Amino acid sequence: MTLRIQVQQQDFSVASEYELLRQEARCGAVVTFSGLVRELTETQLLRMTLEHYPGMTEQALIQIATEAQQRWQLGTVTIIHRVGTLLPNEQIVFVGVASAHRAAGFAAAEFIMDYLKNRAPFWKKEHTSNGEYWVAAKVSDHVALQRWE
Amino acid sequence: MLKILFFAALRERLACANTSLDLQGQVLTARQVLDRLAGQSALWQQHLADAELLCAVNQQLVTLSHPVAAGDELAFFPPVTGG
Repeated sequence: MTLRIQVQQQDFSVASEYELLRQEARCGAVVTFSGLVRELTETQLLRMTLEHYPGMTEQALIQIATEAQQRWQLGTVTIIHRVGTLLPNEQIVFVGVASAHRAAGFAAAEFIMDYLKNRAPFWKKEHTSNGEYWVAAKVSDHVALQRWE
Repeated sequence: MLKILFFAALRERLACANTSLDLQGQVLTARQVLDRLAGQSALWQQHLADAELLCAVNQQLVTLSHPVAAGDELAFFPPVTGG
């Protein structure tokens, strides 16, 4: 059971992360998720800035990954989240889960993203052609947690 | 001293990233600290009255009924939007 948690400004390579996740022979499945900066429909997104709470962020991600490892039989769990300035289509977040069989991997990756969206102290600000706006939290993200309770 | 941090939109609206409060040996709830801070000015009153605000004590998410004492790190911030 290995945890790989990183909060960083620099980009990450899904290929390199996947190679790290597929090293365990007892794991027959690797599930990965990447979240990207999406362009806006009504205005032009110039860039996004991601603020976080240094120290708490890392602890929150470790807690979420550890809880996933307690719920499902998992191998390595990787969570990488970028902070700072990001341009449209850049990578924001990576979640990778190695597991013996696919069901645990799919479930754990969704669980981690649902909790990350609600509990990890990150805040997005969109810089658009019409001005700067803090992204509002979505009710749907909050509702998504209920299925794990 | 109690260390108090603000993040994201709240930090911008208050124009303040951190402050501190001398609790004089008292143990207060996060809610009581919030009420004291809100009393500082009309601007703080307005922005700290937001019912959606989240709170962390020593870098753990807690409810506003959580106690805080000297040496603790208390943070207030808007709902998180990472991922």
